[in-house]
Amino acid sequence: MSLRGKAAIAGVAEFRPSRYTEGQTTLGMLAKVAQDAVADAGLEMREVDGLIVSAFAEAPFMAPATVIEYLGMRCRFSEVMDLGGATGAGMVTRAAAAINAGLCETVVCTTASRRERSSVQAPKKSASSGFSGRRVDRTPSAEFDVPFGAIGANYGYGMIANRYRYEYGVTPEQLAKIAVAQRYNACHNPDALFFGQPITVEDVLNSPVVVDPLHLLEIVMPVAGAAAVVVTSARKARKLKHAPAYVLGAGECTTHKSITFAPSLTDSSVKAAADGAFRMSGLRRKDIDVASVYDCYTITVLITLEDAGFAKKGQGGKFVDAHNLQFDGDFPLNPHGGQLSFGQAGIAGGMSHVTEAARQVMRRAKGRQVKKCEYAFVNGNGGIMSDQVSLILGRDR
Amino acid sequence: MTEPNETMPYTKPLPEISEVTRPFWDAAREHRLVIQRSRGTGKYVFYPRAISPFGPGDELEWVEVSGRATLYTYTIARRPTGPQWAGDVPYVIAIVELEEGVHMTANIVDCDPERVEIGMPLVATYQDVTPEVTLVQFRPAEL
Repeated sequence: MSLRGKAAIAGVAEFRPSRYTEGQTTLGMLAKVAQDAVADAGLEMREVDGLIVSAFAEAPFMAPATVIEYLGMRCRFSEVMDLGGATGAGMVTRAAAAINAGLCETVVCTTASRRERSSVQAPKKSASSGFSGRRVDRTPSAEFDVPFGAIGANYGYGMIANRYRYEYGVTPEQLAKIAVAQRYNACHNPDALFFGQPITVEDVLNSPVVVDPLHLLEIVMPVAGAAAVVVTSARKARKLKHAPAYVLGAGECTTHKSITFAPSLTDSSVKAAADGAFRMSGLRRKDIDVASVYDCYTITVLITLEDAGFAKKGQGGKFVDAHNLQFDGDFPLNPHGGQLSFGQAGIAGGMSHVTEAARQVMRRAKGRQVKKCEYAFVNGNGGIMSDQVSLILGRDR
Repeated sequence: MTEPNETMPYTKPLPEISEVTRPFWDAAREHRLVIQRSRGTGKYVFYPRAISPFGPGDELEWVEVSGRATLYTYTIARRPTGPQWAGDVPYVIAIVELEEGVHMTANIVDCDPERVEIGMPLVATYQDVTPEVTLVQFRPAEL
């Protein structure tokens, strides 16, 4: 049974990323952006019968019921999701699957990240892998990675980039080009964190190395924000306000949590996820008009473009040299600026690749619209190349 | 890595040891490296598990290994990855491949970070950070 064409994204909403929030709760942000997405679809909340929410620290258990109650919803299907940065894309897959199974007809998928100045700057009480906020982390990675300073994600992507350079080779300039193209895109998106601040390859290479070989401008900046989409049945989507973005393909693969235990640092689970999505869609790589892929670091994009089948393995650097990755170039990549230049609002940062792909396919991307955009490829990436979720969205079923 | 001493207590995050992983940490305190091996397949497993990832018919046994390894990959942290490492920059975080095939994360110590390279031969070295905890670190095989 295939999900191809069974469901569509009919509404999107997003908060402009900001460095900090003032007096906000994650719950309030999740609810507001969900309301906005439902309104964008031209629906009333009472017409929405499903909810998927990202895991959030304020509700350590029963997160879906917490959000449903806050919004005054009545749901036939609800779920909390925890696929790291792949959560946003994974929500769309699960919403489409639930709709296709007849469990519900319309699902709002909501993500948010609050960054109160006071809580961000307060010292953390206990050690964790850096992904869990203040929750206690007793995973094997807390026991066998964290004591060595293997905390957060920067170090892991530095290790991936060094291994990639050892196995295949890529120049610092080639990696920098990815960040520069995305900044160009952000300069056409007034909602992007770095709108109005173009950069050059020299700027990237002159920025300090944080973890070898990655420079500051190759690394996402954590921000606050929120993003939501409404997924509904294809039957219902046709009757709504906007021409929808149909879900044509979905694929997923997870093999490990800690990068220490990844089967390979350079052949990622993106391959299995993307192959699954393309197989379901019946489309070819060359049919894709825009790639909206997770970009926590430049190296993430390089490996994703290879493993998703757009570039040959080991040829990512040459691909970057041979193509113009700007939204108005021959291989439009992350037209919203990517998380590198739009901002990484926690789990909502991953959702920004879904909202942007949907906007592009719906032809609602204003000053950064990719021309004749029929099909979009989305990839979500959790943790340090852990969970991978690929989607293909299209204007037609 | 900064060594602990009387005037400077060890402040970095410590492993929370479970009954499943205790044999590994007990051996480390004796400056020995033990990991698990599958009886059915002969393959080695790291980190320590309560069950074999090779299936319900399999069992894991503890074996002492040499500590010889090669550097699989690394990064040099030029900025601290956690506030407790602020005094240690630049330091090396690495994935090492034991000669038994399994990967471990560790720091590369007793080596100029700029001289670290993928493929270099390493040996385990033991860092007694508290009376209860010894971390298994790696240093170049030829000093």
